[in-house]
Amino acid sequence: MIEMQDVTFGYREGGALLSGMTLSLPAGSFHFLTGPSGSGKTSFLRLCYADLLPSSGQLSAFGHDVGGLSRDGIAMLRRKIGVLHQDAQFLDHLPVAENVALPLTVAGQPIDMQALKELLGWVGMTGHARAMPPSLSGGERQRAALARAVIMSPDFVMADEPTGNLDWEMSMRLLQLLVELNRSGKTILIATHDMDLIRAARQLEVQARVLRISGKRVQLAGADL
Amino acid sequence: MKPEFRNVDWRSLWQGLVGRDGGVAGRIVPSTGFTAQLTLLSAGAMAFLAVFALALSLATGRLADRWSSSLAQTVTIRVSAPLDEIEGETGKVMAILDQTPGVAEARMIPEDEVEALLAPWFGPDVPVEALPVPRLIEIREDGEGFDAAGLGLRLEAEVPGAVLDDHTRWRQPLVSAARRLKFLGVVSLGLIAAAGTAMMILAAQSSLAANGQVIRVLRLIGARDVTIAQAFVRRFTRRAATGAAAGTALGMLAIALLPDMDEAGGFLTGLGFQGWGWLLPLLIPLIAAGVGFFATRWAALRMLKAVP
Repeated sequence: MIEMQDVTFGYREGGALLSGMTLSLPAGSFHFLTGPSGSGKTSFLRLCYADLLPSSGQLSAFGHDVGGLSRDGIAMLRRKIGVLHQDAQFLDHLPVAENVALPLTVAGQPIDMQALKELLGWVGMTGHARAMPPSLSGGERQRAALARAVIMSPDFVMADEPTGNLDWEMSMRLLQLLVELNRSGKTILIATHDMDLIRAARQLEVQARVLRISGKRVQLAGADL
Repeated sequence: MKPEFRNVDWRSLWQGLVGRDGGVAGRIVPSTGFTAQLTLLSAGAMAFLAVFALALSLATGRLADRWSSSLAQTVTIRVSAPLDEIEGETGKVMAILDQTPGVAEARMIPEDEVEALLAPWFGPDVPVEALPVPRLIEIREDGEGFDAAGLGLRLEAEVPGAVLDDHTRWRQPLVSAARRLKFLGVVSLGLIAAAGTAMMILAAQSSLAANGQVIRVLRLIGARDVTIAQAFVRRFTRRAATGAAAGTALGMLAIALLPDMDEAGGFLTGLGFQGWGWLLPLLIPLIAAGVGFFATRWAALRMLKAVP
Protein backbone atom coordinates (compact mmCIF):
# COMPACT_ATOMS: atom_id res chain seq x y z
CA MET A 1 0.00 0.00 0.00
CA ILE A 2 2.76 2.44 1.03
CA GLU A 3 6.32 1.60 -0.01
CA MET A 4 9.38 3.68 0.82
CA GLN A 5 12.75 3.02 -0.70
CA ASP A 6 15.62 4.98 0.88
CA VAL A 7 13.37 8.02 1.29
CA THR A 8 14.87 11.20 2.69
CA PHE A 9 12.96 14.32 3.51
CA GLY A 10 14.03 17.73 4.76
CA TYR A 11 12.60 21.23 4.74
CA ARG A 12 14.44 23.84 2.71
CA GLU A 13 15.55 25.85 5.70
CA GLY A 14 17.06 22.86 7.54
CA GLY A 15 18.88 19.63 6.85
CA ALA A 16 17.29 16.21 6.51
CA LEU A 17 14.50 15.58 9.01
CA LEU A 18 13.98 11.99 7.98
CA SER A 19 16.50 9.89 6.12
CA GLY A 20 17.17 6.43 4.78
CA MET A 21 13.61 5.25 5.25
CA THR A 22 12.94 1.92 3.62
CA LEU A 23 9.73 0.31 4.77
CA SER A 24 6.40 -1.07 3.70
CA LEU A 25 2.96 -0.55 5.17
CA PRO A 26 0.98 -3.50 3.80
CA ALA A 27 -2.76 -3.50 3.24
CA GLY A 28 -4.81 -4.30 6.33
CA SER A 29 -1.97 -3.53 8.77
CA PHE A 30 -2.21 -1.46 11.94
CA HIS A 31 0.77 0.71 12.85
CA PHE A 32 1.54 3.20 15.54
CA LEU A 33 4.19 5.80 14.80
CA THR A 34 5.89 7.23 17.86
CA GLY A 35 8.76 9.52 18.59
CA PRO A 36 9.52 12.69 20.50
CA SER A 37 7.95 16.00 19.53
CA GLY A 38 9.59 17.45 16.43
CA SER A 39 11.02 14.08 15.38
CA GLY A 40 9.05 14.13 12.12
CA LYS A 41 5.89 12.10 12.82
CA THR A 42 3.61 14.63 11.13
CA SER A 43 6.05 15.01 8.21
CA PHE A 44 6.04 11.22 7.78
CA LEU A 45 2.25 11.22 7.55
CA ARG A 46 2.27 14.17 5.16
CA LEU A 47 4.68 12.26 2.93
CA CYS A 48 2.25 9.35 2.93
CA TYR A 49 -0.66 11.47 1.65
CA ALA A 50 1.54 13.48 -0.72
CA ASP A 51 1.23 16.76 1.13
CA LEU A 52 5.02 16.71 1.12
CA LEU A 53 7.28 15.11 -1.45
CA PRO A 54 10.51 13.22 -0.68
CA SER A 55 13.80 15.05 -1.14
CA SER A 56 15.24 11.80 -2.46
CA GLY A 57 14.35 8.14 -2.69
CA GLN A 58 11.19 6.57 -3.99
CA LEU A 59 7.80 6.67 -2.32
CA SER A 60 4.92 4.81 -3.86
CA ALA A 61 1.32 4.74 -2.72
CA PHE A 62 -1.22 2.30 -4.10
CA GLY A 63 1.35 1.33 -6.70
CA HIS A 64 1.93 4.89 -7.96
CA ASP A 65 5.17 6.83 -7.65
CA VAL A 66 4.02 9.83 -5.60
CA GLY A 67 6.72 12.09 -7.05
CA GLY A 68 5.37 11.54 -10.56
CA LEU A 69 1.74 12.29 -9.79
CA SER A 70 0.02 15.32 -11.31
CA ARG A 71 -2.02 17.64 -9.07
CA ASP A 72 -5.16 15.81 -10.09
CA GLY A 73 -3.38 12.53 -9.44
CA ILE A 74 -2.56 13.67 -5.90
CA ALA A 75 -6.21 14.63 -5.38
CA MET A 76 -7.27 11.15 -6.51
CA LEU A 77 -4.70 9.56 -4.17
CA ARG A 78 -6.08 11.53 -1.22
CA ARG A 79 -9.55 10.18 -1.91
CA LYS A 80 -8.14 6.75 -1.08
CA ILE A 81 -6.62 7.98 2.18
CA GLY A 82 -8.65 9.27 5.12
CA VAL A 83 -6.73 11.61 7.38
CA LEU A 84 -7.53 12.70 10.94
CA HIS A 85 -5.60 15.81 11.83
CA GLN A 86 -4.83 16.78 15.37
CA ASP A 87 -6.73 20.04 14.95
CA ALA A 88 -9.55 18.40 12.93
CA GLN A 89 -9.93 21.14 10.34
CA PHE A 90 -13.48 21.83 9.17
CA LEU A 91 -15.25 24.39 7.06
CA ASP A 92 -16.78 26.43 9.87
CA HIS A 93 -19.58 27.85 7.70
CA LEU A 94 -21.05 24.40 6.99
CA PRO A 95 -22.89 22.20 9.50
CA VAL A 96 -21.30 18.97 10.72
CA ALA A 97 -23.26 16.68 8.37
CA GLU A 98 -22.19 18.68 5.31
CA ASN A 99 -18.61 18.73 6.55
CA VAL A 100 -18.65 14.97 7.00
CA ALA A 101 -20.06 14.53 3.49
CA LEU A 102 -17.61 17.01 1.98
CA PRO A 103 -15.26 14.38 0.45
CA LEU A 104 -18.26 13.03 -1.51
CA THR A 105 -19.28 16.54 -2.53
CA VAL A 106 -15.87 17.50 -3.91
CA ALA A 107 -15.61 14.12 -5.64
CA GLY A 108 -18.95 14.78 -7.34
CA GLN A 109 -20.49 11.67 -5.83
CA PRO A 110 -24.10 11.51 -4.61
CA ILE A 111 -24.72 11.60 -0.89
CA ASP A 112 -26.69 8.67 0.53
CA MET A 113 -28.48 10.38 3.42
CA GLN A 114 -29.24 7.08 5.15
CA ALA A 115 -25.60 6.02 5.01
CA LEU A 116 -24.55 9.44 6.27
CA LYS A 117 -26.95 9.12 9.17
CA GLU A 118 -25.57 5.67 10.02
CA LEU A 119 -22.01 6.96 9.83
CA LEU A 120 -22.81 9.83 12.19
CA GLY A 121 -24.45 7.30 14.50
CA TRP A 122 -21.33 5.07 14.38
CA VAL A 123 -19.18 7.94 15.69
CA GLY A 124 -21.91 9.03 18.12
CA MET A 125 -22.63 12.33 16.37
CA THR A 126 -26.25 11.86 15.31
CA GLY A 127 -27.43 14.66 17.55
CA HIS A 128 -24.84 17.06 16.16
CA ALA A 129 -25.60 16.70 12.47
CA ARG A 130 -26.82 20.28 12.16
CA ALA A 131 -24.38 21.78 14.64
CA MET A 132 -21.73 24.15 13.38
CA PRO A 133 -18.11 23.01 13.92
CA PRO A 134 -17.09 25.87 16.24
CA SER A 135 -19.73 24.71 18.73
CA LEU A 136 -18.23 21.18 19.03
CA SER A 137 -15.98 19.96 21.84
CA GLY A 138 -12.55 18.48 21.09
CA GLY A 139 -13.83 14.90 21.25
CA GLU A 140 -16.81 15.68 19.05
CA ARG A 141 -14.57 17.32 16.50
CA GLN A 142 -12.30 14.29 16.37
CA ARG A 143 -15.22 11.89 15.95
CA ALA A 144 -16.72 14.06 13.23
CA ALA A 145 -13.29 14.18 11.58
CA LEU A 146 -13.12 10.38 11.72
CA ALA A 147 -16.51 10.16 10.04
CA ARG A 148 -15.30 12.51 7.31
CA ALA A 149 -12.08 10.51 6.94
CA VAL A 150 -13.92 7.26 6.28
CA ILE A 151 -16.97 8.42 4.30
CA MET A 152 -15.25 7.65 1.00
CA SER A 153 -14.45 4.14 2.25
CA PRO A 154 -10.72 4.76 1.95
CA ASP A 155 -8.34 1.84 2.04
CA PHE A 156 -5.96 3.66 4.33
CA VAL A 157 -6.79 5.78 7.39
CA MET A 158 -4.12 7.75 9.15
CA ALA A 159 -4.40 9.86 12.26
CA ASP A 160 -2.03 12.52 13.52
CA GLU A 161 -2.11 12.73 17.32
CA PRO A 162 -5.86 12.07 17.28
CA THR A 163 -6.15 11.92 21.05
CA GLY A 164 -3.87 14.85 21.83
CA ASN A 165 -6.72 17.06 23.05
CA LEU A 166 -9.02 14.34 24.40
CA ASP A 167 -9.62 12.85 27.82
CA TRP A 168 -8.90 9.16 28.33
CA GLU A 169 -12.48 7.98 27.90
CA MET A 170 -12.86 9.81 24.61
CA SER A 171 -9.41 8.62 23.48
CA MET A 172 -10.44 5.01 24.04
CA ARG A 173 -13.67 5.52 22.15
CA LEU A 174 -11.78 6.90 19.18
CA LEU A 175 -9.25 4.08 19.33
CA GLN A 176 -12.04 1.51 19.35
CA LEU A 177 -13.48 3.08 16.21
CA LEU A 178 -10.09 2.86 14.50
CA VAL A 179 -9.68 -0.77 15.57
CA GLU A 180 -13.13 -1.52 14.15
CA LEU A 181 -12.04 0.00 10.86
CA ASN A 182 -8.91 -2.16 10.85
CA ARG A 183 -10.99 -5.27 11.46
CA SER A 184 -13.05 -4.35 8.42
CA GLY A 185 -9.85 -4.46 6.35
CA LYS A 186 -8.64 -0.85 6.44
CA THR A 187 -4.97 -0.04 6.88
CA ILE A 188 -4.42 2.17 9.93
CA LEU A 189 -1.47 4.40 10.84
CA ILE A 190 -1.64 6.45 14.03
CA ALA A 191 1.05 8.97 14.91
CA THR A 192 1.11 9.45 18.69
CA HIS A 193 3.46 10.01 21.58
CA ASP A 194 0.88 8.53 24.00
CA MET A 195 2.29 5.15 25.10
CA ASP A 196 -0.83 4.45 27.15
CA LEU A 197 -2.83 4.52 23.94
CA ILE A 198 -0.50 1.93 22.39
CA ARG A 199 -0.80 -0.31 25.43
CA ALA A 200 -4.58 0.07 25.33
CA ALA A 201 -4.59 -1.07 21.70
CA ARG A 202 -2.84 -4.29 22.69
CA GLN A 203 -5.61 -4.89 25.20
CA LEU A 204 -8.08 -4.61 22.33
CA GLU A 205 -6.26 -7.55 20.72
CA VAL A 206 -5.36 -5.74 17.56
CA GLN A 207 -2.27 -6.86 15.63
CA ALA A 208 -0.48 -3.54 15.93
CA ARG A 209 3.14 -2.81 15.12
CA VAL A 210 4.99 0.14 16.58
CA LEU A 211 7.26 2.27 14.47
CA ARG A 212 9.56 4.70 16.23
CA ILE A 213 11.36 7.67 14.73
CA SER A 214 14.78 7.94 16.25
CA GLY A 215 17.84 9.67 14.86
CA LYS A 216 15.99 10.66 11.67
CA ARG A 217 15.29 6.99 10.93
CA VAL A 218 12.20 4.90 11.35
CA GLN A 219 12.70 1.79 13.49
CA LEU A 220 10.47 -1.11 14.37
CA ALA A 221 10.53 -2.20 18.04
CA GLY A 222 14.04 -0.81 18.41
CA ALA A 223 15.52 -2.41 15.30
CA ASP A 224 16.03 -0.89 11.84
CA LEU A 225 13.32 -1.94 9.45
CA MET B 1 -3.15 25.54 -24.73
CA LYS B 2 -2.75 26.76 -21.16
CA PRO B 3 -4.30 24.57 -18.46
CA GLU B 4 -6.49 27.51 -17.33
CA PHE B 5 -8.34 27.39 -20.64
CA ARG B 6 -8.31 23.64 -21.13
CA ASN B 7 -11.41 21.63 -20.36
CA VAL B 8 -13.57 24.67 -19.72
CA ASP B 9 -16.72 23.57 -17.94
CA TRP B 10 -19.40 25.38 -19.94
CA ARG B 11 -22.11 23.90 -17.75
CA SER B 12 -20.53 25.71 -14.84
CA LEU B 13 -20.57 28.98 -16.76
CA TRP B 14 -24.25 28.49 -17.55
CA GLN B 15 -25.01 27.63 -13.92
CA GLY B 16 -23.09 30.71 -12.89
CA LEU B 17 -25.40 32.80 -15.03
CA VAL B 18 -28.80 31.28 -14.46
CA GLY B 19 -28.49 28.32 -12.12
CA ARG B 20 -29.08 28.10 -8.42
CA ASP B 21 -26.23 28.02 -5.94
CA GLY B 22 -25.41 24.43 -6.85
CA GLY B 23 -26.08 22.96 -3.40
CA VAL B 24 -23.17 22.32 -1.05
CA ALA B 25 -20.73 22.44 -3.98
CA GLY B 26 -21.65 26.08 -4.45
CA ARG B 27 -21.29 26.82 -0.76
CA ILE B 28 -17.98 25.17 0.00
CA VAL B 29 -16.51 28.65 -0.09
CA PRO B 30 -18.06 31.01 2.46
CA SER B 31 -19.72 34.10 1.09
CA THR B 32 -17.96 37.33 1.96
CA GLY B 33 -20.61 40.03 1.98
CA PHE B 34 -18.39 43.08 1.65
CA THR B 35 -16.34 41.71 -1.24
CA ALA B 36 -19.52 40.52 -2.93
CA GLN B 37 -21.09 43.97 -2.72
CA LEU B 38 -17.92 45.64 -4.00
CA THR B 39 -17.79 43.25 -6.96
CA LEU B 40 -21.43 43.91 -7.77
CA LEU B 41 -20.93 47.66 -7.50
CA SER B 42 -17.80 47.63 -9.66
CA ALA B 43 -19.42 45.45 -12.32
CA GLY B 44 -22.46 47.74 -12.32
CA ALA B 45 -20.33 50.88 -12.67
CA MET B 46 -18.31 49.35 -15.50
CA ALA B 47 -21.46 48.32 -17.33
CA PHE B 48 -22.98 51.80 -16.88
CA LEU B 49 -19.87 53.37 -18.40
CA ALA B 50 -19.85 50.75 -21.15
CA VAL B 51 -23.40 51.70 -22.15
CA PHE B 52 -22.35 55.33 -22.61
CA ALA B 53 -19.17 54.39 -24.46
CA LEU B 54 -21.25 52.19 -26.75
CA ALA B 55 -23.83 54.95 -27.28
CA LEU B 56 -21.07 57.46 -28.03
CA SER B 57 -19.43 55.09 -30.44
CA LEU B 58 -22.67 54.36 -32.29
CA ALA B 59 -23.76 58.01 -32.36
CA THR B 60 -20.47 59.31 -33.70
CA GLY B 61 -20.42 56.50 -36.23
CA ARG B 62 -23.85 57.55 -37.46
CA LEU B 63 -22.76 61.19 -37.53
CA ALA B 64 -19.68 60.42 -39.58
CA ASP B 65 -21.70 58.33 -42.01
CA ARG B 66 -24.36 61.02 -42.34
CA TRP B 67 -21.87 63.79 -42.95
CA SER B 68 -19.97 61.63 -45.38
CA SER B 69 -22.98 60.52 -47.39
CA SER B 70 -25.32 63.50 -47.30
CA LEU B 71 -22.73 66.19 -47.79
CA ALA B 72 -20.45 64.14 -49.94
CA GLN B 73 -20.32 65.13 -53.56
CA THR B 74 -22.27 68.39 -53.07
CA VAL B 75 -20.71 71.79 -53.52
CA THR B 76 -22.40 75.20 -53.73
CA ILE B 77 -21.62 78.20 -55.92
CA ARG B 78 -22.83 81.56 -54.72
CA VAL B 79 -23.41 84.14 -57.50
CA SER B 80 -23.62 87.81 -56.46
CA ALA B 81 -24.32 90.56 -59.00
CA PRO B 82 -26.56 93.57 -59.54
CA LEU B 83 -30.19 92.58 -60.20
CA ASP B 84 -30.02 93.36 -63.91
CA GLU B 85 -26.87 91.29 -64.39
CA ILE B 86 -27.49 88.32 -62.17
CA GLU B 87 -29.32 86.22 -64.76
CA GLY B 88 -26.44 86.61 -67.20
CA GLU B 89 -23.81 85.86 -64.58
CA THR B 90 -25.72 82.78 -63.45
CA GLY B 91 -25.96 81.58 -67.03
CA LYS B 92 -22.18 81.95 -67.45
CA VAL B 93 -21.56 79.87 -64.36
CA MET B 94 -23.94 77.16 -65.59
CA ALA B 95 -22.11 77.13 -68.92
CA ILE B 96 -18.76 76.75 -67.20
CA LEU B 97 -20.13 73.92 -65.10
CA ASP B 98 -21.40 72.19 -68.22
CA GLN B 99 -17.83 72.09 -69.48
CA THR B 100 -16.23 71.07 -66.18
CA PRO B 101 -15.28 67.40 -65.98
CA GLY B 102 -16.47 65.63 -62.82
CA VAL B 103 -19.67 67.65 -62.43
CA ALA B 104 -22.60 65.25 -62.62
CA GLU B 105 -25.34 67.80 -62.11
CA ALA B 106 -25.67 71.53 -61.52
CA ARG B 107 -28.95 72.78 -60.13
CA MET B 108 -29.96 76.32 -59.36
CA ILE B 109 -31.66 76.34 -55.99
CA PRO B 110 -35.22 77.67 -56.47
CA GLU B 111 -36.46 80.75 -54.61
CA ASP B 112 -38.77 78.81 -52.29
CA GLU B 113 -35.83 76.71 -51.06
CA VAL B 114 -33.77 79.86 -50.54
CA GLU B 115 -36.71 81.35 -48.62
CA ALA B 116 -36.76 78.28 -46.40
CA LEU B 117 -33.04 78.66 -45.77
CA LEU B 118 -33.46 82.32 -44.80
CA ALA B 119 -36.63 81.86 -42.77
CA PRO B 120 -34.88 81.11 -39.46
CA TRP B 121 -33.15 84.51 -39.68
CA PHE B 122 -35.70 86.78 -41.39
CA GLY B 123 -39.02 85.11 -40.62
CA PRO B 124 -41.41 83.24 -42.92
CA ASP B 125 -42.75 86.27 -44.86
CA VAL B 126 -39.48 87.62 -46.15
CA PRO B 127 -39.78 88.95 -49.76
CA VAL B 128 -36.73 87.26 -51.18
CA GLU B 129 -37.16 88.86 -54.57
CA ALA B 130 -36.79 92.31 -53.01
CA LEU B 131 -33.53 91.44 -51.28
CA PRO B 132 -30.07 91.30 -52.87
CA VAL B 133 -29.85 87.60 -52.14
CA PRO B 134 -27.20 85.78 -54.15
CA ARG B 135 -28.21 82.95 -56.44
CA LEU B 136 -27.18 79.51 -55.21
CA ILE B 137 -26.15 76.70 -57.52
CA GLU B 138 -25.78 73.24 -56.08
CA ILE B 139 -23.32 70.94 -57.79
CA ARG B 140 -23.31 67.19 -57.45
CA GLU B 141 -20.03 65.56 -58.26
CA ASP B 142 -19.72 62.31 -60.10
CA GLY B 143 -17.73 59.43 -58.68
CA GLU B 144 -14.35 60.89 -59.58
CA GLY B 145 -15.11 64.43 -58.46
CA PHE B 146 -13.88 67.66 -60.04
CA ASP B 147 -10.89 69.92 -59.61
CA ALA B 148 -12.28 72.38 -57.06
CA ALA B 149 -9.19 74.59 -57.13
CA GLY B 150 -9.23 74.81 -60.95
CA LEU B 151 -12.95 75.60 -61.01
CA GLY B 152 -12.50 78.28 -58.36
CA LEU B 153 -9.74 79.98 -60.38
CA ARG B 154 -11.79 79.87 -63.58
CA LEU B 155 -14.85 81.36 -61.87
CA GLU B 156 -12.70 84.08 -60.37
CA ALA B 157 -11.40 84.96 -63.81
CA GLU B 158 -14.62 84.69 -65.81
CA VAL B 159 -17.39 85.43 -63.29
CA PRO B 160 -15.86 87.50 -60.47
CA GLY B 161 -19.15 87.58 -58.54
CA ALA B 162 -19.28 83.77 -58.27
CA VAL B 163 -17.75 82.10 -55.24
CA LEU B 164 -17.22 78.37 -54.92
CA ASP B 165 -18.14 77.09 -51.44
CA ASP B 166 -16.29 73.81 -51.20
CA HIS B 167 -17.90 72.00 -48.25
CA THR B 168 -15.16 69.42 -48.18
CA ARG B 169 -12.82 72.03 -46.68
CA TRP B 170 -14.77 72.01 -43.40
CA ARG B 171 -16.59 68.71 -43.84
CA GLN B 172 -13.55 66.48 -43.98
CA PRO B 173 -12.10 67.45 -40.59
CA LEU B 174 -15.54 66.98 -39.03
CA VAL B 175 -15.97 63.55 -40.56
CA SER B 176 -12.47 62.71 -39.47
CA ALA B 177 -13.17 63.95 -35.93
CA ALA B 178 -16.40 61.96 -35.76
CA ARG B 179 -14.62 58.81 -36.92
CA ARG B 180 -11.88 59.38 -34.36
CA LEU B 181 -14.51 59.87 -31.68
CA LYS B 182 -16.07 56.57 -32.72
CA PHE B 183 -12.69 54.91 -32.49
CA LEU B 184 -12.17 56.41 -29.03
CA GLY B 185 -15.55 55.02 -28.01
CA VAL B 186 -14.46 51.55 -29.12
CA VAL B 187 -11.14 51.99 -27.30
CA SER B 188 -13.08 53.05 -24.20
CA LEU B 189 -15.14 49.87 -24.42
CA GLY B 190 -11.93 47.86 -24.62
CA LEU B 191 -10.45 49.71 -21.65
CA ILE B 192 -13.62 49.17 -19.64
CA ALA B 193 -13.47 45.46 -20.43
CA ALA B 194 -9.78 45.37 -19.46
CA ALA B 195 -10.44 47.24 -16.22
CA GLY B 196 -13.36 44.91 -15.51
CA THR B 197 -11.13 41.89 -16.09
CA ALA B 198 -8.45 43.30 -13.78
CA MET B 199 -11.06 44.08 -11.15
CA MET B 200 -12.41 40.52 -11.33
CA ILE B 201 -8.93 39.02 -11.06
CA LEU B 202 -8.11 41.18 -8.03
CA ALA B 203 -11.41 40.38 -6.36
CA ALA B 204 -10.97 36.66 -7.03
CA GLN B 205 -7.40 36.71 -5.74
CA SER B 206 -8.53 38.56 -2.64
CA SER B 207 -11.28 36.02 -2.07
CA LEU B 208 -8.89 33.10 -2.64
CA ALA B 209 -6.35 34.57 -0.23
CA ALA B 210 -9.04 35.12 2.39
CA ASN B 211 -10.13 31.50 2.03
CA GLY B 212 -6.68 29.94 2.22
CA GLN B 213 -7.66 27.65 5.09
CA VAL B 214 -10.81 26.48 3.30
CA ILE B 215 -8.80 25.69 0.19
CA ARG B 216 -6.25 23.80 2.24
CA VAL B 217 -8.95 21.63 3.81
CA LEU B 218 -10.53 20.97 0.43
CA ARG B 219 -7.21 19.92 -1.08
CA LEU B 220 -6.54 17.56 1.83
CA ILE B 221 -9.83 15.74 1.37
CA GLY B 222 -9.14 15.18 -2.32
CA ALA B 223 -10.64 18.18 -4.11
CA ARG B 224 -9.21 18.81 -7.56
CA ASP B 225 -8.10 22.34 -8.41
CA VAL B 226 -10.85 22.70 -10.96
CA THR B 227 -13.49 21.75 -8.38
CA ILE B 228 -12.26 24.39 -5.94
CA ALA B 229 -11.92 26.96 -8.72
CA GLN B 230 -15.49 26.33 -9.84
CA ALA B 231 -16.84 27.34 -6.44
CA PHE B 232 -15.21 30.75 -6.91
CA VAL B 233 -15.90 30.95 -10.64
CA ARG B 234 -19.62 30.28 -10.24
CA ARG B 235 -19.94 32.99 -7.63
CA PHE B 236 -17.95 35.65 -9.45
CA THR B 237 -19.62 34.90 -12.76
CA ARG B 238 -22.99 35.50 -11.19
CA ARG B 239 -21.84 38.67 -9.43
CA ALA B 240 -20.38 40.06 -12.65
CA ALA B 241 -23.56 39.28 -14.60
CA THR B 242 -25.91 40.63 -11.93
CA GLY B 243 -23.94 43.83 -11.36
CA ALA B 244 -23.53 44.39 -15.09
CA ALA B 245 -27.25 43.79 -15.71
CA ALA B 246 -28.16 46.44 -13.16
CA GLY B 247 -25.56 48.88 -14.53
CA THR B 248 -26.71 48.26 -18.09
CA ALA B 249 -30.37 48.81 -17.17
CA LEU B 250 -29.53 52.10 -15.46
CA GLY B 251 -27.34 53.19 -18.36
CA MET B 252 -30.04 52.41 -20.91
CA LEU B 253 -32.61 54.25 -18.81
CA ALA B 254 -30.33 57.28 -18.60
CA ILE B 255 -29.84 57.21 -22.38
CA ALA B 256 -33.59 56.86 -22.94
CA LEU B 257 -34.24 59.89 -20.74
CA LEU B 258 -31.92 62.15 -22.76
CA PRO B 259 -33.80 64.92 -24.64
CA ASP B 260 -35.23 63.75 -27.93
CA MET B 261 -33.22 64.60 -31.03
CA ASP B 262 -36.19 66.00 -32.91
CA GLU B 263 -37.28 68.13 -29.98
CA ALA B 264 -34.02 69.79 -29.14
CA GLY B 265 -31.93 69.26 -32.24
CA GLY B 266 -28.18 69.67 -32.15
CA PHE B 267 -25.25 67.33 -32.01
CA LEU B 268 -25.24 66.06 -28.42
CA THR B 269 -28.88 65.01 -28.47
CA GLY B 270 -27.96 62.50 -31.15
CA LEU B 271 -26.23 60.44 -28.41
CA GLY B 272 -28.22 57.27 -27.99
CA PHE B 273 -29.40 54.11 -29.64
CA GLN B 274 -31.68 53.72 -32.62
CA GLY B 275 -33.74 50.72 -33.69
CA TRP B 276 -31.85 47.46 -33.33
CA GLY B 277 -29.07 49.41 -31.65
CA TRP B 278 -31.05 49.17 -28.41
CA LEU B 279 -30.29 45.43 -28.36
CA LEU B 280 -26.53 45.93 -28.35
CA PRO B 281 -26.23 47.03 -24.68
CA LEU B 282 -27.99 43.81 -23.70
CA LEU B 283 -24.78 42.02 -24.64
CA ILE B 284 -22.90 43.82 -21.87
CA PRO B 285 -24.07 41.56 -18.98
CA LEU B 286 -23.29 38.47 -21.08
CA ILE B 287 -19.82 39.77 -21.87
CA ALA B 288 -19.34 40.72 -18.20
CA ALA B 289 -20.32 37.18 -17.18
CA GLY B 290 -17.82 35.77 -19.67
CA VAL B 291 -15.12 38.10 -18.36
CA GLY B 292 -15.98 37.11 -14.78
CA PHE B 293 -15.86 33.42 -15.66
CA PHE B 294 -12.54 33.40 -17.48
CA ALA B 295 -10.78 35.95 -15.26
CA THR B 296 -11.77 34.13 -12.06
CA ARG B 297 -10.95 30.73 -13.49
CA TRP B 298 -7.53 31.91 -14.62
CA ALA B 299 -6.77 33.61 -11.29
CA ALA B 300 -8.06 30.69 -9.23
CA LEU B 301 -6.17 27.96 -11.07
CA ARG B 302 -3.03 30.06 -11.02
CA MET B 303 -3.23 30.65 -7.28
CA LEU B 304 -4.22 27.08 -6.45
CA LYS B 305 -0.98 25.81 -7.93
CA ALA B 306 0.76 27.29 -4.90
CA VAL B 307 -1.29 25.07 -2.55
CA PRO B 308 0.28 21.59 -2.10
